[in-house]
Amino acid sequence: MSVTQAPVTSAHHHHLAATSDLRTIRMVWRRELIRFVRTRTRILTSFVQPILFLFVLGYGMTTLVGTTGGFDFKKFVFPGIVAMTVVSTAIFSAISIVWDREFGFLREMLVAPVSRGALVIGKTLGGASVATVQGTIMLALAPLIGVHLTPLLVIEVIGLEMLMSSALTAFGVFVASRIQRMEGFQVVMQLVLFPMIFLSGALFPLNGIPGWLAVITRINPLTYAVDPLRHVVFAAQDMPAAAAARFATGVTIFNYTMPISLEILIVLAFLVVFLTLAIAGFSKTD
Amino acid sequence: MIEQARNPLAPYAHEGAHAIEVENLAKRYGEVEAVKGVSFTVEHGEVFAFVGPNGAGKTTTIRMLCTLTEPTGGRALIDGYDVSKHPRDVRQRIGLVFQEQTLDQQLTAEENLRFHAVLYGVPKAEVEARIDRALRMVQLSERRSDLVSTFSGGMARRLEIARGMLHTPAVLFLDEPTIGLDPQTRALMWEDVMRLRKEEGVTIFLTTHYMEEAEYADRIAIIDQGRIVAADTSEALKRTIGADTVELSTGDDDLAAKNLEAAGFTIKRGEDEVVAFVENGEAQVASIIAATGTPIRTVKVHRPTLEDVFLHYTGRQIREGQGGASMPPHFMHFARRR
Ligand SMILES: Nc1ncnc2c1ncn2[C@@H]1O[C@H](COP(=O)(O)OP(=O)(O)O)[C@@H](O)[C@H]1O
Ligand SMILES: [Mg+2]
Repeated sequence: MSVTQAPVTSAHHHHLAATSDLRTIRMVWRRELIRFVRTRTRILTSFVQPILFLFVLGYGMTTLVGTTGGFDFKKFVFPGIVAMTVVSTAIFSAISIVWDREFGFLREMLVAPVSRGALVIGKTLGGASVATVQGTIMLALAPLIGVHLTPLLVIEVIGLEMLMSSALTAFGVFVASRIQRMEGFQVVMQLVLFPMIFLSGALFPLNGIPGWLAVITRINPLTYAVDPLRHVVFAAQDMPAAAAARFATGVTIFNYTMPISLEILIVLAFLVVFLTLAIAGFSKTD
Repeated sequence: MIEQARNPLAPYAHEGAHAIEVENLAKRYGEVEAVKGVSFTVEHGEVFAFVGPNGAGKTTTIRMLCTLTEPTGGRALIDGYDVSKHPRDVRQRIGLVFQEQTLDQQLTAEENLRFHAVLYGVPKAEVEARIDRALRMVQLSERRSDLVSTFSGGMARRLEIARGMLHTPAVLFLDEPTIGLDPQTRALMWEDVMRLRKEEGVTIFLTTHYMEEAEYADRIAIIDQGRIVAADTSEALKRTIGADTVELSTGDDDLAAKNLEAAGFTIKRGEDEVVAFVENGEAQVASIIAATGTPIRTVKVHRPTLEDVFLHYTGRQIREGQGGASMPPHFMHFARRR
């Protein structure tokens, strides 16, 4: 019936769909960056909380915990604070979908003849990029508290930040797909995000904690994102054996200490699961 | 070449297909029958208005035509493509301006358009020219680099119309495009719509609950409580409900009535007036006055309006029981002068 277009092979169709999906992903991603750069107050306020934690917790606990072989609690908690910055920025980026819903722009996106997958992936990459930038700015504060940075460390941390932030943004996008209004999102985040951060080992060592707490931290997927980050930061530090034992990295389950690669796999699985759920979530709504 | 194949946006993809073809289209939300089986056809290049009060089912119909809501009965074809079976083909061929705003306030006008161009697969090489053209079409070229948050309601609306046209759709759907706008902006909006139809040849399907506005459309469907109660050109609709009326108040109404009847006019005797029914009130007013045979105090010639048409078909005023402000009469003069 179609008379104006030449017959197009199905291989062509696939190629074209892929090209258009890539273009869409790039555009949605770009929009996130534009909006990020335009909201300077958001950039600044998203540092307030982590910096507050770093100083209050870092300095407060250092006097309590004391210094082991020249290594204090500030240095221990620092990678956790970087992770916290990444996580909360990622979630905040995902929240913007609920705003988009309220302000109507989400409709403009969902009505378009593009795959929901491309929209969700673009959004996730956008949120992840923003969160990675924020986390890396935080990382730059390292010298202030005596944490050494090496080029390798920075590259590794950025890689981990990208993974972690993608996973968390995908999670946030999934939540946003199920929630119609801002209040709903805030409730979910208070009930999920903060417990997740606090029970992830970001703010205290995972060894020597009570059994019930140990169980919760091992169930928390964020634990497996925070630990590799701390591991690569510590690997570049000049840590005496006593300090390394006191502030041990690695997640242990039934006396089995997981390798980093397994932890990364867990986070990757988390990313894939929530990305899939988010795409499914947005495929249902209109 | 490849981009063109991906984007087959020639307005007439299906030769011979109507722009819109709807048969017994229905939508039920649980207990609520929002649309109770409507049928109509819109030809290419037509401006078609769906007129009815709030809750009549206008938005629900648009949502079904735009593939956003699955019909619970009947079928609808856009440019020959079934909305249920080929939603993606339909979406490629339509532009849509929602009743609610759907712009990103934190982006500039141009960025909003660029985003849309990518989402609708506008070939890269054409994006710039299309953005220029779309902005010119709604006279917003000067504001292209301004954030949408600085736009007035009317400007935002017109930008949305420009955006809806960016991928050169065959059919442009506008849901209550003039709602909440001041009369002057409404007039500008109608100018935009007419210019689009003329220069781009696009088919326009719009809804409104302002009866007077529907005059601009080539054809009108009056929808009430989920049903189309009448559909035709505005002239034909007015004709169906009858003639013009000439209302006289005279020194002696009884005498006037007798004389007019004797002269062959169809009349009705009111409380303080005599009403004559004639084909063309303005042309006949002189002969009516001549036939009255008694001093005349006032003469009122009334042509049926679309308001009367609505009243006739539904037994209600269109604005009964709703808060919407009526359109000030001076708007029509203003708009018509242009
Ligand atoms: N999603 C929905 N769920 C239930 N009822 C709905 C829904 N959308 C519309 N309706 C009902 O359908 C009827 C028609 O609504 P709508 O199409 O929005 O009217 P209009 O656009 O003409 O004002 C109304 O009674 C409305 O309450
Ligand atoms: Mg409506």
